[in-house]
Amino acid sequence: MNLARLSWTYLWARPLVTVLNLLLLALGLAAVSVVLLVSQQLEDALKRDLAGIDLVVGAKGSPMQIILSGVFHLDVPTGNIPAESIERWRAHPLVASVIPISLGDSYRGHRIVGTEPAYLEDRGARLVQGRPWAAPLEAVVGAEAARRTGLAVGERFVGVHGLGGDGEPHGESPYTVVGVLAPTGSVIDRLILTSTESVWEVHEAATALDDEDRRYLEAEREVTLLLLRYRSPLAAVSLPRLINAEAGLQSASPALETARLLRMVGVGTEVLRGFGAVLLAVAGLSVFIGLYHAVRERASDLAMLRMLGAPPSRVAAVVVAEALWLAAGGLAIGLGLGHGLTALLGWWLEARQSMALTGWAWASGQWAVVAATVALAGVSAALPAWQAYRLDVTRLLQAPR
Amino acid sequence: MIVWEGLAYRYARGPLLRFPDLQLPDGGLLLLRGASGTGKSTLLALLAALLTPVEGRLDIDGVAVHSLGPRELDAWRARHVGVLPQRLHLSDSLTVLDNLALVGWAAADRSVDRGALLAALAQLGVAELAERRPHELSGGQAQRVALARALLRGPRLVIADEPTASLDDDAAQTVLDLLQRMTQARGATLVVATHDRRVMDTLAAASPVELCL
Repeated sequence: MNLARLSWTYLWARPLVTVLNLLLLALGLAAVSVVLLVSQQLEDALKRDLAGIDLVVGAKGSPMQIILSGVFHLDVPTGNIPAESIERWRAHPLVASVIPISLGDSYRGHRIVGTEPAYLEDRGARLVQGRPWAAPLEAVVGAEAARRTGLAVGERFVGVHGLGGDGEPHGESPYTVVGVLAPTGSVIDRLILTSTESVWEVHEAATALDDEDRRYLEAEREVTLLLLRYRSPLAAVSLPRLINAEAGLQSASPALETARLLRMVGVGTEVLRGFGAVLLAVAGLSVFIGLYHAVRERASDLAMLRMLGAPPSRVAAVVVAEALWLAAGGLAIGLGLGHGLTALLGWWLEARQSMALTGWAWASGQWAVVAATVALAGVSAALPAWQAYRLDVTRLLQAPR
Repeated sequence: MIVWEGLAYRYARGPLLRFPDLQLPDGGLLLLRGASGTGKSTLLALLAALLTPVEGRLDIDGVAVHSLGPRELDAWRARHVGVLPQRLHLSDSLTVLDNLALVGWAAADRSVDRGALLAALAQLGVAELAERRPHELSGGQAQRVALARALLRGPRLVIADEPTASLDDDAAQTVLDLLQRMTQARGATLVVATHDRRVMDTLAAASPVELCL
């Protein structure tokens, strides 16, 4: 006989109460875990996707839409801007670098992004197969896009017009895959990358009726967005105002817009987190009531332990150990459920080509949840354990009433 | 040898209960009688080191039990006292074997292993009940299991409170025989509190010291 076995046996002497307590603890922990896992992975993904981008320039419209379309590739862009703006802003003394982004086509739901090879380096992407594009209509496929479409080096594919995947195919301008990227955990995994010239060529071939048309389109070439990096922090003060003052241009600060986005999403996560905390508090109360009644029902068993020579602290330890078993069981089930639900959510999001989410992760806040659960069990057990500590053993020697 | 002199105890806001002085030799038998409320249970609790007297001295085998602190009392009780309470207090959550195993756990005594437990049950003829739950036992069987628990660590003092209550004549006789035989075999002192005429008649042959409160 040992403390763990004795407390385990006592715990399961009241199976209904034990199951109810475990269920309450598990549900609270699962809710809190899902919120923590999703919010941490969302924040990490945002940080990865935003790293090194100080300002995004697009067509006049909503700054949030510009960020969502140009950085996270979730929304449609606000429009296009003249291609000549690439070199103009590149030459600006406050600007360290400019990477153009051209959107418009997709392949099986994956966006085809016209850009420069610098984008790969800037996003920390690494090739696992092949090489970067060197000529128009050569493409490099992100890891997730390659996995889902089955595209490999040497294969050819035809993009369709639009970002939804149900537009007209550009059959006259097929792409050739020349490289596949290693997984990065960022948005680039879902993209198909090519040169800006490829996007122009595909659309000019699709729209131009004759050579004159083609010359006109070449003169009016556009890109969708520019990703800017400041030369100095001072640029953050004046550059957005300079850009916004230009006709047709809109700047969007990723830091500001994502903070706004997280504030909006944050309301939801706070509600869920609060719901989980309420569930945990209810579970704590339920554990307390369960243990309180258990000590009353089991008073003679516990008093017998005192009669057999167990010091009061040893008897109280049985009650605390029961609470700790509940905490351990609740943690095992609750965390398992939380991670399972997160994995399920990740699978659902993956099917919709949204953010990458995994259940095989550990949010730093979860250590605090584990500690809080153990503390909750300790607090719930405190009064019942004190009752057990102070049991009147002499009652055992009194005649039954 | 158990000796007490001027022994007295007072519950909160209660009267002072005084007990007559007594000397009991090793292996002796004390028959404790008295109506309800006369302090019988209190004296048993003092002897079992569950209460500390407010006055007087209690020496058991040369140990001044009245002067021991709470921790020492627990350790002393675990080592030297076996109690057979009127309500047996066998836990229905545990098997018979686990009920006995609590003796070792309570005293933090690792020598009380499964073999020792089975041997203790076998001595009282109930080894086959080891895996049963107490609610599956007859009154006599349960009494034997409780006796095995009381005697497990070879106590110097065995206290039995109404050991035959709710037992039929045959079962009562068997339990009394076992109680007497097992304590005598160990040279332990036996204190029996009872109202039961059958107990008094059976134990009369052993020439007990009688104390009527």
